[in-house]
Amino acid sequence: MPALREKVIFEYSRPGRGARDQWPEDVAPASPLPEALRRKSPPLLPEVGELEAVRHFTRLSQQNFSIDTHFYPLGSCTMKYNPKACNQYAMLPEFLGRHPLAPESHGQGVLACLFELQEMLKEVTGMRGVSLSPMAGAHGEFAGVAMIRAYHRARGDLARNEIIVPQAAHGTNPATATMCGCSVREIPVAADGDIDIDALTAAVGANTAGIMLTNPSTLGIFERRIEEVARIVHAAGGLLYYDGANLNAILGKVRPGDMGFDVIHMNLHKTFSTPHGGGGPGAGAVGVSTRLAPFLPIPIVGRDADRYRWLAENDLPQSIGRLSAFMGNVGVLLRAYIYMRMLGRTGMSEVGEYATLNANYLLAQLKQAGFEAAYPKRRASHEFIITLKREARELGVTAMDFAKRLLDYGFHAPTTYFPLIVPECLLIEPTETESPQILDAFAAAMTAIAREAREAPEYLKSAPHNMPVRRLDDVRAAKQLDLTWKPTAQT
Amino acid sequence: MSAIPTDLRYTKSHEWLRDLPDGSVEIGITEHAQHELGDLVFVEVPEVGRLLSAGEACAVVESVKAASDVYCPLAGEVTAGNPALAASPELVNQDPFGRGWLLRLRPAGAVTRTFLSAAEYAALTAADNS
Amino acid sequence: MAFIPHTEPEVAAMLAAIGVSSIDELFDEIPPSLRVRSLDGIPAALNEMQIGRLMSARAQSDGRPLAFIGAGAYEHHIPAAVWALTTRGEFYSAYTPYQAEASQGTLQVIYEYQTMIASLTGMEVANASLYDGASALAEAALMAVRANRKSQSQRVLMPTSVHPHYRKVAITAAGNQAVSFEAVPFSPEEGRTPLTALAPFDGQDVTALVIQQPNFFGVLEDVDALTDWARARNILVIACVNPTSLAVLRPPGEWGAAGADIVVGEGQPLGVPLASGGPYFGFMTTRMAHVRQMPGRIVGRTVDLAGCDGFTLTLQAREQHIRRARATSNICTNQGLLVTAATIYMSLMGPAGLARVAAVSHARTSELVAALTRLPAVRMGFASPYFHESVLRLDRPVAPVLRALADRGILGGFDLAEHYPELGHALLVCATETKTSADIERYASAFADVMKAARAA
Repeated sequence: MPALREKVIFEYSRPGRGARDQWPEDVAPASPLPEALRRKSPPLLPEVGELEAVRHFTRLSQQNFSIDTHFYPLGSCTMKYNPKACNQYAMLPEFLGRHPLAPESHGQGVLACLFELQEMLKEVTGMRGVSLSPMAGAHGEFAGVAMIRAYHRARGDLARNEIIVPQAAHGTNPATATMCGCSVREIPVAADGDIDIDALTAAVGANTAGIMLTNPSTLGIFERRIEEVARIVHAAGGLLYYDGANLNAILGKVRPGDMGFDVIHMNLHKTFSTPHGGGGPGAGAVGVSTRLAPFLPIPIVGRDADRYRWLAENDLPQSIGRLSAFMGNVGVLLRAYIYMRMLGRTGMSEVGEYATLNANYLLAQLKQAGFEAAYPKRRASHEFIITLKREARELGVTAMDFAKRLLDYGFHAPTTYFPLIVPECLLIEPTETESPQILDAFAAAMTAIAREAREAPEYLKSAPHNMPVRRLDDVRAAKQLDLTWKPTAQT
Repeated sequence: MSAIPTDLRYTKSHEWLRDLPDGSVEIGITEHAQHELGDLVFVEVPEVGRLLSAGEACAVVESVKAASDVYCPLAGEVTAGNPALAASPELVNQDPFGRGWLLRLRPAGAVTRTFLSAAEYAALTAADNS
Repeated sequence: MAFIPHTEPEVAAMLAAIGVSSIDELFDEIPPSLRVRSLDGIPAALNEMQIGRLMSARAQSDGRPLAFIGAGAYEHHIPAAVWALTTRGEFYSAYTPYQAEASQGTLQVIYEYQTMIASLTGMEVANASLYDGASALAEAALMAVRANRKSQSQRVLMPTSVHPHYRKVAITAAGNQAVSFEAVPFSPEEGRTPLTALAPFDGQDVTALVIQQPNFFGVLEDVDALTDWARARNILVIACVNPTSLAVLRPPGEWGAAGADIVVGEGQPLGVPLASGGPYFGFMTTRMAHVRQMPGRIVGRTVDLAGCDGFTLTLQAREQHIRRARATSNICTNQGLLVTAATIYMSLMGPAGLARVAAVSHARTSELVAALTRLPAVRMGFASPYFHESVLRLDRPVAPVLRALADRGILGGFDLAEHYPELGHALLVCATETKTSADIERYASAFADVMKAARAA
């Protein structure tokens, strides 16, 4: 990592400088803009040359950890390799240059890809209908819960407004329920990690719209009694929603539709390897059983004989509606399509198998090194939880300290402090694209850090030491808000 | 950890109440609550004149980790919100029972709820901690 | 095996270390009745060469027609450096910057972006982006409801000159939280929202007013009068704007006497390719007073243990993963990759370059309008000032004309029949700086041919 800190780009600006060969040639307008509406002073944008800009952003990129440079075992995020082929072929000029409102006659190629993607996603999830339009996982969740609500209301069952959520659920689940005008009821998880069936039975009733679950759960273990959960919720009149964040564990091995789920969202940027991009874009395709198909968000790709076309308001009059201005994140969808075609029939199950193999292997290595698994008697799925509560109690070092020190060893930290119900936890997901040598190196780093916890705890607690910055002051960031660069303060 | 003041009353959701000489009631959050939240970065208090019912969310305390609503223990009209907290939310951490008070209100009508004594609240938090 | 590196001896060693005899055994907690036998519906795997051929053939069949469509997505020249840098693995395959010390690159890009977009819109603070312009508008409505303490009605006034898909998305996204959107009609002669259309709402409890500038028709609204009307009545103003236009038009922060309250819009014109509709990004900016009501991620500058400057995500207590059921929104993603591209684009273009793009786009549209209205079958839709998009009225239905033009490799514009039947045979056309006079001449002459052919038929 370069030691030099990079200035904010505005500090390179010189008045009148610019990348002039990027500007179009000046043309006088046939009808000028009204004077009263014209901007009086220019906006604060950099005035730099092209080489300056290229150097600046290249140097900034070199301060990032990324999958291309580092092992990134973030639980629940599925940081697997993003194949370059997916990017190259999604960015062919004809795909890139096509306007969203171009006619279908000039889009049969891209529509064929999207239609086939819908079909493949149905097949791997065991669902009957798919919409590709949600633009992120949370967006897909919103669509899913909105469809559940629309289903009940269409049947005249207006009392069903409660969504059940396990305590270990991802924060988007209850937030989504609220956004859909539902109330949330949390139920506990039993000591062995499965849902508390008695608590579930007591919680369901005439107000139950549905339950939001993921399987494997956020604890990294398979919900063994899922068929019973489905029976209980369906018998009470509710529907089952599957949060697809952990689909990588079971891809090609188990299908959510077969487990009894009525609606699922998939994170194409996790399971299907589209790029995380420093925070997005994602794509949160939703799949549904037959009874929810009329409510799918539009538009969807349909096929008449050998012609593809968009299905919209007239084709799905009960749809929950549009979620985006156009068709969703088509560029992301193309990348997922290419990835799935490269995996093919056997590749799908290899993903589930090797993701699970890597997780169980890494768990075994860490247990042997003396770390405590949160659910030691259970198989890991594609991820598992290590709890550092003993180290915290005996040595005063926290999961946060381990996470920061791992950066010094050249590994991105696992997910920390999620799920909330396990104290001082690390949620570790290696993914299937990592070799066993990387996993051994990670286990060795964790072992070294555990030794540092005993021998040099102060050094550990002030980690990281080898990164472009030391540990950052979060409290100050929230109290003294500095959210935009200002010329007078810095120059 | 400071002792729990005996001249105050408490709620299960970690608020305290202090009777002021002019008949109004001063409200804040306890030492236990501020410790759970961590360093506060922002506190929002209600505006003067606002009418609150018992159990209504009347303030927000926000740390880096969590943002929590503070529930008004009793109904009344707000006579003051602590003006120092806009610039110095950390007062709630430093002196939760004193300079970190959140609001004062004039109670409306008879108060039917019973609150916890210092001893009862101490027992509650001891149980929480174990 | 796609992208899986393991060799057989390695697998055997790993299984031994775990203490099982096969990978299959690792799935023994899963009820056998649930196990998939085979996915017959998935085709056999393709290697990279094969998928390359397939995608190239499909791209070729879609071709590259000459396009004059706007309607919310705009074709602009994107400098080669933008995506060469954005697709660097360190940007492309990085995660959300939760571990700030390992993400200073991404965080600083977002901080620079926040600075640029806040200034472009004339506001004080920005978030790190939302999914797209339409969902940003929906989020703005929800934010206005939270922020406007003086209003309880949760009613948002939405002119019908706002993009029809944006209006639909707002209802889908916010309708479940008891926010109601009420239509404000535009003037059929001028194509913009007159103050008289707001008069019925005078004296009522209204939470916010949306103003799109330029509006869906490309027409310039009287933003000062509309903004002042709203502010005088404690109604928050939500501006929905085109970012390129802000290089030459007065930004929402300077509308009327006191400016707008929340600004949103579609960021696609800033270095993001059309790509059949996405991924794009929605921007949102506001005043400092409302920053805690703003959804999405925000990057702040702070110091580290050694006193050196650094960047981190801040105000996260508002976000879903901390406030859970009381979140301001459920949004988890920001469009990081697109924001990176836009920041690089804005850095390369600078204020003068972006103003030039805006001016030339407007000039080309006015050139196109002049060329087409020379034909007897075509006249101006509205007698109002416009920016880089305009409505034309034809003497016959638009759809067959567009089909005939498409057969000639030209996408002539967007047919308004479905969304605005009251305008008759109306076509929304757009030309940006990517079109030359020769392109416009080609369009006009093809148009003339199509008209003649139809008349002869």
